[in-house]
Amino acid sequence: MSADKLVEGVLKGKRRSLARLISMIENEDPSADEALSTLYKHTGKAHVIGVTGPPGSGKSTIVARMTAELRRRVRTIGIVCVDPSSPFSGGALLGDRIRMQEHTLDSEVFVRSMGTRGHLGGLARATSDAVRAIDAFGKDIVIVETVGAGQSEVEVVELAHTVIVTDVPGSGDDIQAIKAGIMEIADIFVVNKSDLDGADKKVTEINAMLDIAPNMEDWRPPVLLTNANSGEGIPELVDKIEEHMKYLHESGTLETRGLKRSREELEKLMEYKLTRELLTKLQGTREYDEAIKKIAERKDDPYTVAERLIAEFLVKHRE
Amino acid sequence: MSSRKIRVLVAKPGLDGHDRGAKVVARALRDAGMEVVYTGLRQTPEMIVEAALQEDVDCIGMSILSGAHMALFPKVTELLKKEGVDDILVIGGGIIPEDDIPALKAAGISKLFGPGTPLEEIVEFVRNNVKKA
Repeated sequence: MSADKLVEGVLKGKRRSLARLISMIENEDPSADEALSTLYKHTGKAHVIGVTGPPGSGKSTIVARMTAELRRRVRTIGIVCVDPSSPFSGGALLGDRIRMQEHTLDSEVFVRSMGTRGHLGGLARATSDAVRAIDAFGKDIVIVETVGAGQSEVEVVELAHTVIVTDVPGSGDDIQAIKAGIMEIADIFVVNKSDLDGADKKVTEINAMLDIAPNMEDWRPPVLLTNANSGEGIPELVDKIEEHMKYLHESGTLETRGLKRSREELEKLMEYKLTRELLTKLQGTREYDEAIKKIAERKDDPYTVAERLIAEFLVKHRE
Repeated sequence: MSSRKIRVLVAKPGLDGHDRGAKVVARALRDAGMEVVYTGLRQTPEMIVEAALQEDVDCIGMSILSGAHMALFPKVTELLKKEGVDDILVIGGGIIPEDDIPALKAAGISKLFGPGTPLEEIVEFVRNNVKKA
């Protein structure tokens, strides 16, 4: 499908155009870039919520419940759920939709599952562009569910306005809570499965961690108890999300973060495009294979060769 | 560097709760490098078609063991037609009597796989018959 037609479809609210555009983004189809660049001016309206946390902590169920609550508050929703791709076959089993069945036939909810396709960091490479496409499509809120995150999958923070970190009772002691990484990115903490033993202890540990954290912002992440299965605590969670949205607007944080994000995105994109350009020029050429062989045989070293190849590439492109 | 991946929706329409077979097939397709969206039990044809459109899949694979295939499988292809979709391969599996197969094929279910089908056969069929460019 041509970029123009896709853009037209997305702006008219046709879900099949959106679905197709997301596939093209995932497949790194050049027309997707073209479509996104036209759509860019229609984006920036959606509030993006990231939901991350360890596998089995209830992310999908929380997202489904949150969606129901947000729908009650007449918001329209897009959801991107990321699950890991196999490092061996490249395939993936995307199972987050199972929890979201009740929203399948709600035309104001659009759900898309995505495999990481080798990308680390908790998201797929295509996730941020997919979120942007859904934003242009006109959804008020886009929820991004990361893969089951360990300690360092924190990429979602670059994309979400509000980050929710989920945890469950009994998952490690108070030292885990002060380790760097995922515990630092939360705007809201959720201790799910509140019916299990140790739920209150977990809340206390996270709060104790927050007590000794240097206060960078005026927003102190609240620590909430939920039972996503029964829905307990979900309305309170959505209240906090709305409070956080308000805080971002009023404190000017949204603006500063927006600038930072645009800079990071531009730099990332240039890095990616430059690398891709360079590698397409080099890969498959005899000189390149020769150079690699020399490095393997210790006749040359990768540091010098990298410098030389990049210098040659830049000189060639000056003309 | 563009890389096209085959996406398959594995669905359980109707009311039977036996999804062992569907899961085994989902796993095999995953191991063949495909992205498999599994939606769980008790799906209506409407839900299956909607999920397939949002996920932009190349293939819908349905499994029924309750005997409701004559009602539910053709409903899915009918809804797809109504949406103007002609590029999604639809296949089925489960306990499907031989006598029902011609009618299902006529309704647009490209292939039906009975019990004992080798997984490679299903993987190959999907790989060779998806319609999207």
